[in-house]
Amino acid sequence: MSAGIALFSGNHLHLSEVDFMEKELRISEHPVLDFSPGDKVQFWFEGEPVTGYLGEPVAAALHAAGIRVLRYSRRLHRPRGFYCAIGNCSECLVEIDGEPNVRSCITPLAEGMRIRRQAGEGRAIADS
Amino acid sequence: MLTAEIIVVGAGPAGLSAAAEASHWNAGVTVFDRDATPGGQLVKQTHRFFGSRAQRAGTRGIDIIRILLDEIGERENARIVSGADVVSRYDDGVLGIAKAGHWFKAKPERLILATGAAEKTLAFPGSDLPGVYGAGAVQTLMNVHGVRPGQHVLMVGAGNIGLIVAYQLIQAGVEVVGVVEASERIGGYWVHASKIRRLKIPIFTRHTILQARGKESVEGAIIAEVGGDWAPIESTRRELSCDAICLAVGLSPLVDLMWQSGCSMSWISELGGYVPARDPSMGSDVDGVYVAGDAAGIEEASAAMMEGRIAGLSAAHSLGKVSDEQFGLRAEEIGRELANLRSGPTGEVVRRGLSKLERAPRNSQVLVEGGDSRC
Repeated sequence: MSAGIALFSGNHLHLSEVDFMEKELRISEHPVLDFSPGDKVQFWFEGEPVTGYLGEPVAAALHAAGIRVLRYSRRLHRPRGFYCAIGNCSECLVEIDGEPNVRSCITPLAEGMRIRRQAGEGRAIADS
Repeated sequence: MLTAEIIVVGAGPAGLSAAAEASHWNAGVTVFDRDATPGGQLVKQTHRFFGSRAQRAGTRGIDIIRILLDEIGERENARIVSGADVVSRYDDGVLGIAKAGHWFKAKPERLILATGAAEKTLAFPGSDLPGVYGAGAVQTLMNVHGVRPGQHVLMVGAGNIGLIVAYQLIQAGVEVVGVVEASERIGGYWVHASKIRRLKIPIFTRHTILQARGKESVEGAIIAEVGGDWAPIESTRRELSCDAICLAVGLSPLVDLMWQSGCSMSWISELGGYVPARDPSMGSDVDGVYVAGDAAGIEEASAAMMEGRIAGLSAAHSLGKVSDEQFGLRAEEIGRELANLRSGPTGEVVRRGLSKLERAPRNSQVLVEGGDSRC
C-alpha cells in the first residue's frame, strides 16, 4: 500500500508507522482462509482521502492504510488505538460524519465517510 | 411488545447451541445478537477443535457456525435477529433491545443469557499505546478482515489462545518475535506449543513484559526474566523490536444482564471474574433465567456449546416441551461429555472454580475481594 504512505507523507505519519508499513498489511494468500473483500470505496480521514473496502470495519480500513492512532485520551491526551476489535472496550472511538463516540471497530465502512480522530469526550480536534 | 417462549441473548457457540437444542424440542426460540452476523467469536477460530467427535473435534470453529446455523435454520420455531443489542432486563422480566438506532421491548417466558466474554488486559507503561492489541482483536483483524496487525509481533501469554494466535500470525505472514510467559511452564496444549517451536519462535518462560516502547504507536517491547518472587530481574532486561504487542492474558465474563437480573454473583478468579450462581441445569437463581458459555464462567468453545445445549434443554423442559424421562436421558448424555471435557490436568482450574462457585453464598450481589469487574 505505497499509496497509503504517499497520502500520509505529512505530519500524520510517524517514523514507526513507516516501519509498520514496510510490507502490505492486507493478506493476499492464506493457507486456510479466502478473503473476498467488497468494492473499493474512498473515504476521508482528517481531511485526507483514503481507500478501503465497503462494509469492512472502519478501524480495519484505517489500520490497513497505516493509521493506528484513532483518538487521544481525555486527560493526558495519549494516543489510543483499538484494543478488542469487537465493540467491548471503546478504545477505538472516532468521529464519523460529525457524530462523536462511534466505535470504529464495529462500524461498517461506507463511501465518502468523513472520519476524524476523537479528542477526549467527543469534541473533534479541528474544533478545539 | 414482542413475546417469545425462549429468548437467547448471544449467537456465539453457547447461544446457538441453546437455540438448536431448545428448538429441537419444539420450543419457540428467538436469538438476539448484537453483531451483524451470527457466530460470536467462532468467526475467527480457524484452528481445528479438540476432544471427541461429539465435541466437533477436527472441525474448524469457522465451520461449526454453519453446522449450528443449519440445525437451527431448518426449523420454523427458531429465528436469529442480528444487529440487536439486548441492553437491559427489568424486574418484570421485560428486555430492552437496541437495533439500528431504534429501541423495542420483548418479554420471554424463559431467558438464556449467553453473552460471552471480554478480553482482559495487562497494566504496564505503554500498554495503552496503539499497537497493543488483545489476542482476540488480532484474530478478528486478520482472520475475519484479512488485515495483519503489524509485521513483527510480540505475543504475551503462552496459554492456548496465545499459542494458537501466534501460529495464526505466522500463517498470515507475520513475524512472531517471541512469546513471553510469566509461568515456569507453557500453559496451553503442547501440540500448539510444538507447532510454533518447530518454526523456531522463541518462547520465553519465566519472563514478563515491562514496557511497550513508542511515541504514537508501538516500536518495541522491553522484557525481563522474573525471579522466584515474580519480581523482574533488572540485569536481564532486553529490548525486542516489534510494531505490535499482542496480549493473550485471559477473558472476563460479560455479566451485565446477570447483575441487572438480580442473579447471585460471586468473584471466582478461576472462572475469570464475577460469575452467576447456577445449578446443574444451567439455571441461575433467578426464576426463568438460564446462563451458558463464557458468560457463566470462562472455559472454551466446546464447553460453551455443551452448556448451551443443557440450558436450551432445561428451558424447554421447564416449559413442558420435554418429558421428565427424555430430559433425564439427554441431560445425562450431555453432562457426561462435559465432565469428560473438564477431566484431566487441563480442566483442573475450571473444576476448582466450579467447586468454589458451588460453595459461594447465594442471594447476594455483594462485591468481594478482587475488585469490580464491571468497570
